Amino acid sequence: MAEAEDFKVIGTRPIRPDGVDKVTGRAQFGADLNLPGMIYGRVLRSPHAHARIKSVDVSGALAMPGVYAAVSGADFPGAQSAEIGGEGGGDVADLAQNVMARHKVLYHGHAVAAVAASSAAQAEAALEAIKVDYEVLPPVLDLVAAMAADAPLVNEKCFTKNLPEPAEKPSNIAEVMTLARGNIEEGFEQADVIVEGEYRIPMAHQGYIEPHACTATVNEAGQATVWCCTQGHFGFRTMTANILDMSVADLKFIASEIGGGFGGKTVVYLEPVAVLLSKLARRPIKMVMSREEVFRASGPAAGSLARVKVGAKKDGTITAASAWLAYEAGAFAGAPMGAGAMCIFAPYNLENFKIEGFDVLVNKPKVAAYRAPGAPQSMHAMESALDDLARELGMDPIDLRLKNAVEEGSQAAYGPKFPVIGFKECLEAAKAHPNYSKPVPEGAGRGVAAGFWFNAGMQSSAEVHINEDGTVQLIEGSPDIGGSRSSMAIMAAETLGVPYEEIRVLVGDTEASGFNNVTGGSRTTFATGMAVIQACEDIISQCKERAAKTWGIDADQVEWEDGQAVPAPGVNAELKPLSLADIAKGSARTGGPLLGRASLNARGPGAGFAVNFGDLKVDPETGKVDVLSYTAIQDAGRAIHPSYVEGQIQGGAVQGLGWALNEEYIFDEHGVLENPGFLDYRIPVASDMPMIDTQIVEVPNPTHPYGVRGVGETPIVAPLAVAANAVRDAIGKRVHDLPLSPPNLLAVIDGD
Amino acid sequence: MSKVHVSTVINGEPVEFLCAPEQTLVNVLREELDRMGTKEGCSTGDCGSCSVLMNGRLVCACLVLGVEASGAEITTIEGIATEEGLHTIQEKFLEHAALQCGICTPGYIVATKALLEKHPNPDEETIRYWLAGNLCRCTGYDKIIRAVQDVATELAHEA
Repeated sequence: MAEAEDFKVIGTRPIRPDGVDKVTGRAQFGADLNLPGMIYGRVLRSPHAHARIKSVDVSGALAMPGVYAAVSGADFPGAQSAEIGGEGGGDVADLAQNVMARHKVLYHGHAVAAVAASSAAQAEAALEAIKVDYEVLPPVLDLVAAMAADAPLVNEKCFTKNLPEPAEKPSNIAEVMTLARGNIEEGFEQADVIVEGEYRIPMAHQGYIEPHACTATVNEAGQATVWCCTQGHFGFRTMTANILDMSVADLKFIASEIGGGFGGKTVVYLEPVAVLLSKLARRPIKMVMSREEVFRASGPAAGSLARVKVGAKKDGTITAASAWLAYEAGAFAGAPMGAGAMCIFAPYNLENFKIEGFDVLVNKPKVAAYRAPGAPQSMHAMESALDDLARELGMDPIDLRLKNAVEEGSQAAYGPKFPVIGFKECLEAAKAHPNYSKPVPEGAGRGVAAGFWFNAGMQSSAEVHINEDGTVQLIEGSPDIGGSRSSMAIMAAETLGVPYEEIRVLVGDTEASGFNNVTGGSRTTFATGMAVIQACEDIISQCKERAAKTWGIDADQVEWEDGQAVPAPGVNAELKPLSLADIAKGSARTGGPLLGRASLNARGPGAGFAVNFGDLKVDPETGKVDVLSYTAIQDAGRAIHPSYVEGQIQGGAVQGLGWALNEEYIFDEHGVLENPGFLDYRIPVASDMPMIDTQIVEVPNPTHPYGVRGVGETPIVAPLAVAANAVRDAIGKRVHDLPLSPPNLLAVIDGD
Repeated sequence: MSKVHVSTVINGEPVEFLCAPEQTLVNVLREELDRMGTKEGCSTGDCGSCSVLMNGRLVCACLVLGVEASGAEITTIEGIATEEGLHTIQEKFLEHAALQCGICTPGYIVATKALLEKHPNPDEETIRYWLAGNLCRCTGYDKIIRAVQDVATELAHEA
């Protein structure tokens, strides 16, 4: 693999190709498409967290002026149970029920009907004319109570999966899993010190600033075009086709610019409803969620309860560890319990461990992926326990982790042997970082924690078209959520040997681009980037053939250097190099337009590791926590555009700190979310945060031509425990539950 | 209720429109006037995505009624760049990679313009408090603050 110093474009920080449109208001996001004759759709949502729907009558709405269509669950085909893979996947029948309730409503805010009208205000008014008769049922709201054998059932047809014996009666526990190695009893017997703790984390929302939005139009042949903000328009097409029982060929999805997602825009909410309403109304329709709807009915991340026990020898060697992890799935199975279980011990060499996981139904919104889904919850518990262990042993927390850190060849707790990874490099970088040797300010505490995420590969496609003047058009299909057009253009420029400025990047719609899995799993720069590189290599090999044809020599006597075809050393030295522009200009004579392409299912994404530390100050009077400084170190494999890598690290750190310090879903005893707005669900604002110092470690991933590892998700994992460990250091007591909000903190500070 | 006729000035140009009395300014800009640069993230004045200048004052267009624009001068994101090209704020946001998804960016650029008109040489704390009404979920704020600091330095040089 090429060394960093060999690169011309990789590692530079050019302006993103879509930049000007994004700073001038030209960029079009999900809610920004208006079509002639367009009408507006609104959704009626359940006022109960759990109820049987006895009847829905939309006739009152249909009788109102300016109302074009109204639908409820009965108007949707009955989607068959089928699994859709990947992030945002799940059972289609569940997705269909989540999009529009049938028979039962399962959370407060669950969609029960929808209306299309000439204005959003008229559609809103028409919702009030819809009559729904409910039989209210007791809501299942507490994670532990939901697991009891005699708990009221969220879903009477839910039988626990993965039990040693098939379940005989239904349960709110949708699935269990166990991972184990060695003998934990013996391991704990060998330990000189054992720490344990129980940690609760409430549901939290991804908090993207752009609400879900789409514009749909269906023609008289039943062919639909849907414009929407999505992390994966191909996945949205699959889901919508399944939910509406349509052919994939009759659905064209155009990914708009996307105003944040963090995993939350990997599933459909409005799109199938908009298509159905547009079809019935025979007009284009726009649907946009209110912020309150976003909080009540989309996302969130799973709430969790984790019990962790870790034993170690005096020298810090971990002898055994156990974890019991229960995750709230919300109304449908599918909490990221499995990923949480697989991540919790991943950074450490463990001979003896046992992990038990539970996916639990409750009458709360169906959870969605949120940045390294499942990992922050479980790793907060482990990284807090390790902090306690370091204290008991009198060891530096980084040294304790170094003592047990996995490296190339280590058997991961979740199964495979690690290939080349950069965990030890991150730990050593943290220890050597100037911020780590600074004294902790008066009244503050320092917290250290590690983060891990698998990263994903999956399917991507890319095309490269060479324009007649030699400039380059890339076509890929991964929605650009954080600057990925820029990393694609950099990798293309590096591979082709042409200037970055000569490359344009299109995120094609489902008819213009080959298939792509979602922008999720930190896969885009890795996997779609790999497709782009291969498509460029395809161009290079074609250019060599075209040059050979022009020169009348064999293609194997042509090489590609700095964006031009040159004769191989030693022969044909008299031939003048042919640039990409020269070859493009003459392409009609050598075989037609230059079009390179690649499609792949990328393997070996390269695990992501991070080490973070921060100094946090606690006001013992009010319980308010201030973040004084924060340092985040992460292995990016190779930073293609370092500014956007730093941005991922900084953004993830602040999201994690928000979850740690303040963010939580607060439900009343009826299951009604009490803080469905940014005023009461308070995400960090600029004045809450310091600068976030970053250090990019580069341990190249050998499976990527330039060494890329995914970087988007790992950054959110460590901050939860960094905050908890810093607060522990500051106040001398462990606060096990998040958020570390003033009431929770004061309860512990004053709790003697 | 019948619609109201409103005469206003948007980005220096006289504009007339009809709107319902309860329609917000952000809704008028987007749905009646097709000026989509101003984004709507919450409709309750909490996220700042719809930041515009009204007679030079920074406001959330979701907390202003369309009829209140009558006789006022409104500046939106579409009015920040000039014939000479991008405004320094826009250039610096790009140079510093102070945006990831970009949905909050129009609001930040308008808010930064208002900030720098009031405080041409702000310290970090002033910038952080001025921009505390604009939510960004992607960047963790670091690069936004640095971009704004750089704009202030650059504009001070030019002055």
